[in-house]
Amino acid sequence: MATAAAIPTAPAIQDRRNFAPVVDLDGLSVTFGGRPILKELRGELRGRAIGLLGPNGAGKTTLIHTLLGFHSPSSGTAHIFGKDIITDAKQIRALIGYMPERDAFIAKMSAVHLVRLMAELSGLPPEAALERAHEALFYVGLGEARYRGVDTYSLGMKQLAKLAQAIVHGPKLIFLDEPTNGLDPPARARMIRLIREIRDSGQANIVLSSHLLRDVEECCEEILILKDGRIVTYCNLEEERKANRKFLVLETRGDQTKFAEAVSALGCEYALTGDHRVKIVLQEGIEVRDLYRIAADQQMQIRRLSYKRDSLEDIFLKAMENSHGGF
Amino acid sequence: MAVFEHTYRNYAGPLTPEWSRFLIIPRHAFRDVFKSKLFTAFFALCFIPLLVEAVMIYLHHNVNALGVLQVNIRELIPIDATFFQTFVNLQSGFAFFVTLLVGPPLVSRDLRNNALPLYLCRPFSRTEYVAGKMAVVLLLLSLMTWIPQLLLFLFQSYLEGARWMIDNLWIASAIFIGSVVWILLLALLSQAISALVKWRVVASGVLLGLFFIPSVFGEIVNQLFRTRWGNLISLGALMRTVTAGLFGTFQATTTFVTDFDGQVVRRVLSEPPLWCSWLVLFFVCALCLAILSAKVKAYEVVK
Repeated sequence: MATAAAIPTAPAIQDRRNFAPVVDLDGLSVTFGGRPILKELRGELRGRAIGLLGPNGAGKTTLIHTLLGFHSPSSGTAHIFGKDIITDAKQIRALIGYMPERDAFIAKMSAVHLVRLMAELSGLPPEAALERAHEALFYVGLGEARYRGVDTYSLGMKQLAKLAQAIVHGPKLIFLDEPTNGLDPPARARMIRLIREIRDSGQANIVLSSHLLRDVEECCEEILILKDGRIVTYCNLEEERKANRKFLVLETRGDQTKFAEAVSALGCEYALTGDHRVKIVLQEGIEVRDLYRIAADQQMQIRRLSYKRDSLEDIFLKAMENSHGGF
Repeated sequence: MAVFEHTYRNYAGPLTPEWSRFLIIPRHAFRDVFKSKLFTAFFALCFIPLLVEAVMIYLHHNVNALGVLQVNIRELIPIDATFFQTFVNLQSGFAFFVTLLVGPPLVSRDLRNNALPLYLCRPFSRTEYVAGKMAVVLLLLSLMTWIPQLLLFLFQSYLEGARWMIDNLWIASAIFIGSVVWILLLALLSQAISALVKWRVVASGVLLGLFFIPSVFGEIVNQLFRTRWGNLISLGALMRTVTAGLFGTFQATTTFVTDFDGQVVRRVLSEPPLWCSWLVLFFVCALCLAILSAKVKAYEVVK
């Protein structure tokens, strides 16, 4: 069994080689009570928005906590923007914002007071901290409720308050741990929109840990999949989708069998799925117009044609299946 | 930037010096503490003995006032080490009750609401967090113990003259050291209990019990064995002994062991030596620091 997981290099990552990696994992291992949680993680994470995926207990939260300096590595280290997490912990934390998974607030404290306190602890002078606390709360949509105690907030509002305190000091890297946990659909949509806005501002990199594939799919450009404390996949989502073979689903009228045989003669795999549907895997050099030509030759109608690319779920499941021990 | 410009942006302004950031915690805490009118009233009440002390020092030097009162207060209450020690002990009692009100919720409130990761994910260490929380108690108690006591010492020196001040400078150091040791002990104990117990009322109860229950046991030991070694488990007695040592009023009492005929066989020290009291206090403080070190963490790791 391999001790370190090699990260496949996606083409898009190659383009960013000139920039310092956001997170550089250098044989990072973490052990709790003799039980290995993270096992010699290696790789360079360079994306603007990186999704951390993995089943429960894969080590996603432990990885974030270790990068934040909450846990000491048992061996190896990691670098964030080139700074070592062991020796430069304070400098790193000045560049980071963190939204914890669990409820986290100070009782009997209003949101604006809490966010201001957190800004001051990040080094902002009191006046600037107060100004940015107001701004951050307006930005996340808690402007009207900013003088209310955080302990009186609904779950969705608490999540937004946690996001506000994570961004109040304008960090360059934001760790978001399960940001949509417990949110209803409108609140989730709002949270996703905020995360995408922050990502698109280009002012901060985001590491989003979630077990919800849809959240990661909507927000992240790159994904890191962990399983049993190891990296099983690190890829650029778009590149990975493009790199995967294209599936076509055709809805037809006419004799499918002859059409399928003709397609097979071109080297394409096919499957007849009933209900006048044919699934085809296009080979290199074969275009859609070739299919229309064959269909015309076989006097068959193509009523509908749709691409079916690999979804994140497919990538995730594939990663789980390909990893040691299966899924 | 105005609040209507809703975009994410980095902060590029000046930063506060790192060393001063632990003081942010007491600044915000005082705002909460003094929101309670009851606490503010009690805190003001704690200054009454100091006012009495100031009046006594003033009367001590005001011949006209003494004539009107027809008392010789100079002989009745001399301004000496015992005078200052009495008021230091009195203020120590008030300091204990202020700690009971302020200390217990400081850490427990953060632990109960998982707020520690919010503090510790910033350029703010665990040491700074503990220092900040302790500073809340230390600053409040300093305001009512050694700071006014030293001011009154200076007042007495001003009225009595520079010679008196030079001769009695050791009293000032006794006031300072005695008060600081006491408030440091209170701050450490209250924070350690606060880190162990997540409920404020229970934490206050534990702090109260920690001072009174061992005192009772200590007294039982003293009575049973006709000794004063039981004082070593009573924090209050320990502090009184240490303060007495600092003010030069500590007396090591002895008892005589006699045979059946009443003849003295040997003389034994019934009072524990002064260094024992210091040692126990040091041990208690070290234990508190160890508890704080173990409990003040962003996340508790379940092994």
